[in-house]
Amino acid sequence: MANKSEKRSSAGVLNKLSHVALAVWAILIIYPLVFTFLAAFKSNTEIFIGNPFALPSHWDFGSFGRAWTEAKVGTYFLNSLIVVSISTFGTMLLGAMAAYVLARYEFIGNRFIYFLFIAGLAFPVYLALTPLYIVVQELGLLGTHTGLILVYIAYSLPFTVFFLAAFFKTLPNAVAEAAMIDGASHTKLFFRVMMPMAKPGLISITIFNIIGQWNQYVLPVSLLPGGAEGQEKWLLTQGIANISTAAGYQADWPALFAALSIAIIPMIIVYTIFQRQIQSGLTAGAVK
Amino acid sequence: MRQGKYPFVIGFLIAPLALYGMFVLRPIAAAVQVSMTNWSGLSPNFDFVGLENFQKLLDDDKVWLAAKHHVFLLVTLPVITIALALFFAFLLNMGGGTRGGMMTGVWGSKFYRVVFFLPQVLAVVIVGVIFGRVYAPDGSGVLNRFLELFGVDAVQFMAEYGLWSILGVLVWQAVGFYVVLFAAGMSSIPAEIYEAAVMDGASRVTIFFRVTIPLLMETVKVAWVYLGILAMDAFALVMVLSIDEGGPDGATTVLPVQIYKSGIRESDYGYASALGVALAVFTIIFAVLSLRGGKRNAVEH
Repeated sequence: MANKSEKRSSAGVLNKLSHVALAVWAILIIYPLVFTFLAAFKSNTEIFIGNPFALPSHWDFGSFGRAWTEAKVGTYFLNSLIVVSISTFGTMLLGAMAAYVLARYEFIGNRFIYFLFIAGLAFPVYLALTPLYIVVQELGLLGTHTGLILVYIAYSLPFTVFFLAAFFKTLPNAVAEAAMIDGASHTKLFFRVMMPMAKPGLISITIFNIIGQWNQYVLPVSLLPGGAEGQEKWLLTQGIANISTAAGYQADWPALFAALSIAIIPMIIVYTIFQRQIQSGLTAGAVK
Repeated sequence: MRQGKYPFVIGFLIAPLALYGMFVLRPIAAAVQVSMTNWSGLSPNFDFVGLENFQKLLDDDKVWLAAKHHVFLLVTLPVITIALALFFAFLLNMGGGTRGGMMTGVWGSKFYRVVFFLPQVLAVVIVGVIFGRVYAPDGSGVLNRFLELFGVDAVQFMAEYGLWSILGVLVWQAVGFYVVLFAAGMSSIPAEIYEAAVMDGASRVTIFFRVTIPLLMETVKVAWVYLGILAMDAFALVMVLSIDEGGPDGATTVLPVQIYKSGIRESDYGYASALGVALAVFTIIFAVLSLRGGKRNAVEH
């Protein structure tokens, strides 16, 4: 009996310790975000002299307006939205087309093309950074969203093709054959039958691409140079990095924190709504 | 299925292949080529200089610093992240002890899983800017203000412990992903194995080290490769968080930062491409070694 109760009490201590460990990590995650959000309402002096753990002395909403218009976060946000929605759509369409053909059709060069795509997974984007800059420049697409969209699609293809090819292979033949007997064309079969059947895989990889492209930094920073005109085209991550490096002690820090909040809050909202799908979508690539 | 197969196949492949060839394959091939020239990118003429750029690379102090930093991150980042993630995943899946012979997670597991994963969806740049305030060198910094409570003087995080500070952010952001990954792996371990261990009177600590970790080795290896590749990057964090983009005086620099600086900033395309080739070789060797090591062990089991 004594042994049993001893065991139980040591389990109790273990339980408490595990709660403490988990709670500490949760605070470490949440606190920097809460701090950022609160600092958006503070004044410069409060941020630099005041207590970082304190609430703002009065809630000043002006910083959000200044971030949105003066620091151009509104423009950057919209630019990111445009670039990422078009390039994710393009990635999914072209990636699914290539993966489908490579997974379900036999033709000369099939394996070669497949491995050509997969090889892209092995090379870091930094290897080709300078030649890429020159290619984009030669095409006259440097500093344009079109150029960036095409580059995003191209760099998202290896993983998308890799993931979706595996997925298309698992789809049953019977449905495809039935559709063919009914006289469906190859194209019709793809759009009407295969794409709907592949929906779970498509959703996972779409989430993966949206998050990856939305958070991309090195490509926009390399392909959308600054300058009076160029700056209008900047994306959110690039714009925020610039505000933060430009901000000295004299600068408008509340506006920087407001800018950060504007960038973070939509992500948190979308994440909490779709967290189940996002977690499985992002980890799907790892558990093949 | 035969009718009109080839036109269809070509039609579906042409656009993806064109984009991929133009923006990925062509630049990679060009990088290898340009790495052996002295092209500045501005003039149309350039000379073939053979391995001169690679020679210069070996004599470049910043490159050696960067390589050293990658080695540091290659060791610390996976070890710390995997250890923390295994620990948290175990608590979330089985920390609650046994209930009716079944292992249960601690109370609030679902909440923790959502919160821990959150940094994964935030842009690294934005995380970097936030941590700029966390690490601020004076009393306005969140971390310094916290240390002040214990009577510790203000620490110059980025100036003195730059690489450790960057490691901290990398771990902060990565742990949640691997918690979810390992938790998924743990829940696929058959319940009978745990039941048998519990019947034998094994404690949770014993179960963790003797049952869970050995059975999870394959997933841990995947994590190791992913984190290793992450350790070869760190570009965005170093650019926004470190003093003077990789400083002070190269103390936090990484190869991608050096590539960006010599290529895009200084238009020394030949040299930048040589650095790119070096980074790619480094990354591929790491991935191949890790994956091969993984396979050999799997046979042994």
